[in-house]
Amino acid sequence: MPTKIEKDTLSGQNTTGHEWDGVKELNTPLPTWWVYTFYATIAFAVVYCALYPSWPWLTGHTQGLLGYSSRAELRQELSAQAKERAGFVDRIRAASLADIRKDPELFNFAMAGGRSAFQTNCMQCHGAGGGGSTGFPNLVDDDWIWGGSIDQIYATIEHGIRNSDDKSRQSMMPRFGVDGLLTGAQVAAVTDYVLSLSGKAKATPEGAKIFEEQCVACHKAGGKGDQELGAPNLADGIWLYGGSRDAIYRSIFYARNGSMPAWSGRLDEATMKMLAVYVHSLGGAR
Amino acid sequence: MASPARQADRATPRPPAPEPPLYAPRARVYPRAISGKWRQIKWATLVVLLGLYYVVPWLRWDRGPGAPSQAILIDLDHRRGWFFDVVIWPQEVYFVTGFLILGAFGLFFASSLFGRVWCGFTCPQTVWTDLFMWVERMIEGDRNERMRLDRQPMSAGKAIRKTLKHAAWLAIAAATGGAWVFYYVDAPTTLVKIFRGEASMEVYAFVGLFTATTYVLAGWAREQVCTYMCPWPRFQAAMLDEQSLIVTYQKWRGEPRGKHKAGDSWDGRGDCIDCNLCVAVCPTGIDIRDGQQIECIGCGLCIDACTQTMDKVGRPTGLIRWDTLAAQQAKEARGAPVPWRPVRPRTLLYAGLLSVVAAVMLVVFALRADTELTVQRDRNPNFVRLSNGDIRNSYAVKVLNKRRTPRQVHLEIGGLPSAQLGFVGADVEGSGATATLSVQPDAVGTFRVFVTVPAAAAPSGAKPITFTVRDEAGSGRASHDAVFVGPGR
Repeated sequence: MPTKIEKDTLSGQNTTGHEWDGVKELNTPLPTWWVYTFYATIAFAVVYCALYPSWPWLTGHTQGLLGYSSRAELRQELSAQAKERAGFVDRIRAASLADIRKDPELFNFAMAGGRSAFQTNCMQCHGAGGGGSTGFPNLVDDDWIWGGSIDQIYATIEHGIRNSDDKSRQSMMPRFGVDGLLTGAQVAAVTDYVLSLSGKAKATPEGAKIFEEQCVACHKAGGKGDQELGAPNLADGIWLYGGSRDAIYRSIFYARNGSMPAWSGRLDEATMKMLAVYVHSLGGAR
Repeated sequence: MASPARQADRATPRPPAPEPPLYAPRARVYPRAISGKWRQIKWATLVVLLGLYYVVPWLRWDRGPGAPSQAILIDLDHRRGWFFDVVIWPQEVYFVTGFLILGAFGLFFASSLFGRVWCGFTCPQTVWTDLFMWVERMIEGDRNERMRLDRQPMSAGKAIRKTLKHAAWLAIAAATGGAWVFYYVDAPTTLVKIFRGEASMEVYAFVGLFTATTYVLAGWAREQVCTYMCPWPRFQAAMLDEQSLIVTYQKWRGEPRGKHKAGDSWDGRGDCIDCNLCVAVCPTGIDIRDGQQIECIGCGLCIDACTQTMDKVGRPTGLIRWDTLAAQQAKEARGAPVPWRPVRPRTLLYAGLLSVVAAVMLVVFALRADTELTVQRDRNPNFVRLSNGDIRNSYAVKVLNKRRTPRQVHLEIGGLPSAQLGFVGADVEGSGATATLSVQPDAVGTFRVFVTVPAAAAPSGAKPITFTVRDEAGSGRASHDAVFVGPGR
């Protein structure tokens, strides 16, 4: 409680009546409208608390008289967005992949949708820009294990690789070393031969012979690979699991059988089509 | 036995001294009408400024089909600013920044020369308050009548006049809000839509917002805006110095003040006859004779008031006048007169900055191109090694076509002789080292461009290259610097 209100002789103003070790404070009042504005904010807060969710309970929170929830609002916005896009999505579903690429409007929509779907579903393995990493193919270059045409890309997205989907792309590289098909020395010899295909080592006749017997069936003569079987091209400069002598040795000894999920159960057809268009546009496709 | 009166005295203790109020009640200001030179100038400023504000959105400008016919239109929906024949894109928003900087330096410059001329004459708060006060005066009468009216109990006549006043204020406020939205949407069609209830929510919201703020700020808050809300008076002090022209009371000449009867001698007294007219006309309700105050907006109405009084009593005018603090101090000390020095380091600095910014803006505006190019390199992955060993970089190329016709531009790359271009999209034709890009009218064309070089020609690290676009006529040309990144060796 203020005790001793006095008039300050110098300024002519009243003091607040409080005193701290002889120090007194002048009372400099706020304008009334200011105070009413302050009261108005308190009233606003009370009304807000009644209308909107505000107080936490042990198991939830007060719902508010308006029944507002930001989650419901988001759901509404999402469905409104979906409705807005529905026309485009229907057209994408109806059009062939080739037609989508020819129609600038559909192409732009598919690129935007594909990019968004890629960032959500694909970048975890293939990288945000599709650059891939060891064991996860680079989608930006022109080397395709299962084919880089837009239809082949779509099939790979739809059914995946080496998974339980009925139409999944299937093939298996044998574990030459682990299963005793080749000795360590033989694996080393064929490693040299594989390296020689891209001019990185000198081949021995033994390596050439083993390649002829064990590898040509899938990787084809000269190691050119076979996209039907998902057998990588061994003669180019791109190595999914590394192009060092050590990495190639281990690929032959232990085998590599990377897999990719089938997306047909998780993404709708239009989204997969947009993804195919997007991946196809990244640059390496033909 | 004590008398009943004494008993009652003891029973009811003396009422405690009333506590001082914690809040300052508003002292209502009833400015009186005044005529004179500065009032004339204020009226003229008001008419010009409000006229501009209300009329400008209605100016028409023929731009042909497919473009708005409003001379000045800031089309937020389509992201274009139309100013007669100039179209501003969002990419050129720095012109807005430039105008804001010009405005700030202009304000500094004017303040250092003429004091609070912005506050007193051109600030929207001042202009609209002036207009609202004029309406109030028309309906409720001048100062004394208004004070009397407010003291009266409510009566039919008072209710009618008050209602009339607020209705007129609200009408002006609504017109203010209406004019504001017309700068952002087509004025004639929107006006019809507003009355038919067909305008967008945003239009109604902004009309409502500006109606409310105009009504509250110009009708009710008035000088409180300047005294309590506005930050400008606070830091305006930094622009003023002892050479700035401000409204001053010539204390040395006016004091000692006192009432003066016709025929009395003027000897031994000041010229101020304490008529209080300067206080009565002041829109912020202060007494200029108390010296410089933060509440003074420098409108000069007290000068008009004092001039009128001095004329009446036959003393020289200018007891309250525009003057500098330095001149006042010199006169007070009876020293040599100090002339006003408009040319000072401070005013030169502000004028210099003003001209520099204006010159930069002019140059930028003169060099504005209707074709622009931006190039952004993909950095994830940084570069791509193709199966034959070639190195490829990809770029997002954006071509801005500010003309209202479709354009075809040729794209070339400089600084990388062996480069081969590749593209995605249907609106590109070309191969090898050049390509033709089709861009829609008044739009940005976005293209994905692949640049490939043989492994042997690939640079180690980053190599600067240049993208150039030009149209067939050769009139539009733009280039953008970029880099090509190859594997480090």
